[in-house]
Amino acid sequence: MAKQRKVYVTESGENVYGVIAEFATPADVYHAAEKVRDAGYSQWDVYAPFPIHGIDEAMGVKRTKLPLYCALIGLTGAGLGFLMQYWMSGVDYQLVVQGKPYGPWEPFVPITFELGILFTAFSTLICMLAMNGLPRHNHPLLKKDRFLAVSDDTLAICIESTDDKFDPDQTRAMLERLGGRNIDLVEGD
Amino acid sequence: MTTMHPDESAARRLAGLANGELPTYPVPPGTGDGSLVDDPAVRAPLVLNNRSFHDITEIVCGYAEKPPGKWWLPLFGLSFTIAQIGTLFILYLIITGIGAWGMNNQVDWAWDITNFVFWIGIGHAGTLISAILCLLKQKWRTAVNRSAEAMTIFAVICAATFPGIHIGRQWMAWFLLPIPNANAIWPNFKSPLLWDVFAVSTYGTVSFLFWYMGMIPDFATLRDRADLRLRRNLEGPRVLPFLALRTDTVRAYVYGFLAMGWRFSSRHWHRYEVAYLVLAGISTPLVLSVHSIVSFDFATSILPGWHTTIFPPYFVAGAIFGGFAMVLLLLIPARELFPNMKDLITLRHIENMAKIILATGMIVGFAYSMEFFIAWYSGNQYESFLFTHVRARGPYAWAYWTMIFCNVVTPQVFWIRFCRQSPLIVFIVSIFVTIGMWFERFVIIVTSLHRAFLPAEWSMFWPTAVDIGIFVGSCGIFLTLFLLFLRFLPVFAMAEVKAVLPQASPHHHPDGGHGHGKDGH
Repeated sequence: MAKQRKVYVTESGENVYGVIAEFATPADVYHAAEKVRDAGYSQWDVYAPFPIHGIDEAMGVKRTKLPLYCALIGLTGAGLGFLMQYWMSGVDYQLVVQGKPYGPWEPFVPITFELGILFTAFSTLICMLAMNGLPRHNHPLLKKDRFLAVSDDTLAICIESTDDKFDPDQTRAMLERLGGRNIDLVEGD
Repeated sequence: MTTMHPDESAARRLAGLANGELPTYPVPPGTGDGSLVDDPAVRAPLVLNNRSFHDITEIVCGYAEKPPGKWWLPLFGLSFTIAQIGTLFILYLIITGIGAWGMNNQVDWAWDITNFVFWIGIGHAGTLISAILCLLKQKWRTAVNRSAEAMTIFAVICAATFPGIHIGRQWMAWFLLPIPNANAIWPNFKSPLLWDVFAVSTYGTVSFLFWYMGMIPDFATLRDRADLRLRRNLEGPRVLPFLALRTDTVRAYVYGFLAMGWRFSSRHWHRYEVAYLVLAGISTPLVLSVHSIVSFDFATSILPGWHTTIFPPYFVAGAIFGGFAMVLLLLIPARELFPNMKDLITLRHIENMAKIILATGMIVGFAYSMEFFIAWYSGNQYESFLFTHVRARGPYAWAYWTMIFCNVVTPQVFWIRFCRQSPLIVFIVSIFVTIGMWFERFVIIVTSLHRAFLPAEWSMFWPTAVDIGIFVGSCGIFLTLFLLFLRFLPVFAMAEVKAVLPQASPHHHPDGGHGHGKDGH
């Protein structure tokens, strides 16, 4: 049984999505992320206009399985590409070309390779978006004016209320201790 | 912050800067614009004038948000007109038949395939910069990869036009695809021409996906800026004077749709970076395969001058050579015309690309001489006749020696440091290289065909107005698309450029002041 999670509501009746704090430099947010990770939080995120080098380790993010899925889909594409050529020119309508065998593997290599690449490329983009839960245009964070500055030059940490350890006051106090500025509640969801 | 801080406008006024103008900083002597640092102990700056994250956003978004200079509209009008004239010539060709071209029974491939190989070759520089230089961790690529990738896609569009119209019965182009048709037969998978269909369409698609994925975060930045202006209800321009629709509303929706709701989460960035690496990893063999397969169109035939094993590497090197020349042809004027672009595309970028042109030009020159050697060493009389009597001395010798001069002789000036570091000289050499690479394909295709095995088959090719019109038109299509890109899309990969700034490192500790690093980084 999943644990019943506590729902926090603001005075105006909105659900609390989380607590957000801004940080001045990549170094600050990096060190803060290490502390948040060590404090045992799991439902939280660092927001930055660019990928901060090494932030995955600081946040304790496990390496994604995305390349595995891409490889599987890519190999499927290559296999389908080969079977398509073999079936079309070796089985369904055998065509004599320059007296060569109907279904040899050698001339099928280029198209097999290209279709493998094509499937991998599509799977990469689609898996990246799907695993990130995108497209999603109506996120609670995107409703906050200050948050939109993340796409320019602001660095922020948001701890979400779905986290078991989340507590509006204690989480806020921790972010303040870690050097967070402009700490605010995020409403919605 | 996306809005101007109250203190900032006062500081600008005191420093004598106009609104929107960015400050410049003194440059160490002997380093050109500051990027040509020779000391191996000093890391050359990738972005000049100590730009902050916010400066990068302002500079790059400014290109898409502010009206461009006065040069843009006339240039766009001109290239759009040329593109339209080219399109009319294509229409004329489809109505009349490909006899409207100057080809004949002997020279049955000429400018059509020359232009195809020329354009597809140009596309290779974009993928090289975005994929191979990414895997090699060449950080300088971040300033040029977006525009080079855009150029790749536009070049592939131009390239794909030519095989599409040269097939004769253009309305049957779908016979190229493995779709069941009325004759109940399938395409011939043993033909390199069909491999080409798959290679070029895969290449165009994958390049587009790569380009688009790179732009997702930058679309989000443009979306957020438009959204913020709307939320603050600042007065903004309208799409049309009489229409109650603000430009920012359109921006927020269009860029927002393309941004897929990107919100700069580090968990997302993690998967994004891995996905980017996967795409770079698969694009590297892809880019090498595409021009190899294009060269198979020739190499698997038995015609003298085409039937050689050196073709795949020789074509790939030539493609990179010609592609970098085109990148420079586009970016050197762009950095003069757009404000502050010189901070992002520095002299070092130009020098690096000049070095790549020199290296690939040497490979191409080596291939040219190796063709002569093999013609002699193979003992094949047709092959040696072609090289000694036809290419170097025949009726198209002027085309051959133009190619040699442009591709082998002119890039040699890049041995001299001054020439590599002078944008004007690099620009002029790039023009020569582009002309030379077009002639390379012309020489390969036409000289081999016009002197076949029997003297009775000997013939000449001269272009008609339709040949010239369609080629010039393809240049117009290319330039039109590139000008639209410069005007409406993020011309630089903002997120990537920000990530290579010194202050982006989590181990960088500033002396104070937000975002600015120490001198000497």
